[in-house]
Amino acid sequence: MSLFSKQSKEAFLTPLFTNNPVSVQILGICSALAVTAQLEPALVMGISVTIVVALSNVIISLLRNTIPMRIRIIVQLVVVAALVTIVSQILKAFAYDVSVMLSVYVGLIITNCILMGRLEAFAMSHGPWESLLDGLGNGFGYAAILVIVAFFRELLGSGKLLGFEVIPQSFYEAGYMNCGLMLMPPMALVLIGCIIWVQRAIEAKNE
Amino acid sequence: MKLNTNSNVYTIVYASVIVIIVAFLLAFVSGALSDRQTENVRLDKKKQILSALNVDLAACADPAAKYDELVKADPIINSEAVVLAENGGFEVDVKAENAKDSLQDRRLPYYRCEKDGETKYVFPLRGAGLWGPIWGYIALNDDMSTVYGVYFSHEGETPGLGAEIATPKFQAQFAGKSIKRDGVLTYISVLKAGQSDENADHVDAISGGTMTSRGVEAMLRDGISQYEKFLNK
Repeated sequence: MSLFSKQSKEAFLTPLFTNNPVSVQILGICSALAVTAQLEPALVMGISVTIVVALSNVIISLLRNTIPMRIRIIVQLVVVAALVTIVSQILKAFAYDVSVMLSVYVGLIITNCILMGRLEAFAMSHGPWESLLDGLGNGFGYAAILVIVAFFRELLGSGKLLGFEVIPQSFYEAGYMNCGLMLMPPMALVLIGCIIWVQRAIEAKNE
Repeated sequence: MKLNTNSNVYTIVYASVIVIIVAFLLAFVSGALSDRQTENVRLDKKKQILSALNVDLAACADPAAKYDELVKADPIINSEAVVLAENGGFEVDVKAENAKDSLQDRRLPYYRCEKDGETKYVFPLRGAGLWGPIWGYIALNDDMSTVYGVYFSHEGETPGLGAEIATPKFQAQFAGKSIKRDGVLTYISVLKAGQSDENADHVDAISGGTMTSRGVEAMLRDGISQYEKFLNK
């Protein structure tokens, strides 16, 4: 099979939109609520998940023919947990400020349903190269939703983007107020709901 | 011969091998990186202390050197203001000391610093926010009453709400406030914007971060009260 066959392309492209892990498969919602009050942690979280899901996909794909069926979930979990621990240790050693900012969320990548979902549904039955593309695609798909949600939450909730004030002071003087509700986790859920709505509307039109 | 990957023996051996490999891998990574990590933690602590001294860290190329330049001594005292050690306060684990039941047993570090020709005293603080621990440092002028600067941080307060205690905007309010009235410790109240406290200086709390703001107030009270004898000396 060639490197960029139709199948490989699909493995990478479908999770970005038509089969997005968050907005279509409704996976990884919990972390999408937790880290999206501001754009910066959402970005770092998106990157970290992409790295972990891509690497664990490759590892499980390489091991797939040796893994005993009865303990496959445990083996997958061990691989994911080991990778996340290593990523977190490396962040602590080489990017201390980022690791402080993400605090517990890095460890929570282990419990992200997208990882287990991809390992079980894809890596166990596909080759390493396709699994890598699938992992990257799903990671980016997840990151995209996180960034969209975080963009609106930070903009409307604190009037900032990446920590910089973007809403001019004159707006506030004219009576504009930040929407504190945006910073609460339920609003992330509402925003994700809106994204799903928009996406389904577009898909319904295309059909 | 084709291995039966579903046999019990294979499953047990496979699980054992995987676990052993992962254990060695993690041990190796942790061992290889631990020096760097400890160094990062120490450097971060120095940065926090410098931050309480209103040092602009973004403009400071070498925080460790700046720390050595400003901090003249880090003595350890006890609650009776008896000096236990002239130096070494930096190594004291404030969390472990705060966990000791008896105030008399606690080893209390402070940092004597020189900045712009004036002596400043920095005291560590530790308390509880809404979701987890919060901590910080408070720098006092040599009148032992006026706040020169503060630094707060947290483990997992809500971003945009409680986590705002770590922002310069919140921390800047503390400079110039006094923790004493007529020579008696009154600490600093953290109050809803618009309210005021007759008996103590106050700063505005974070709207939407009430529990964390209360945590900051309690942390200031608990942290500073341990040094009462020393501050009144």
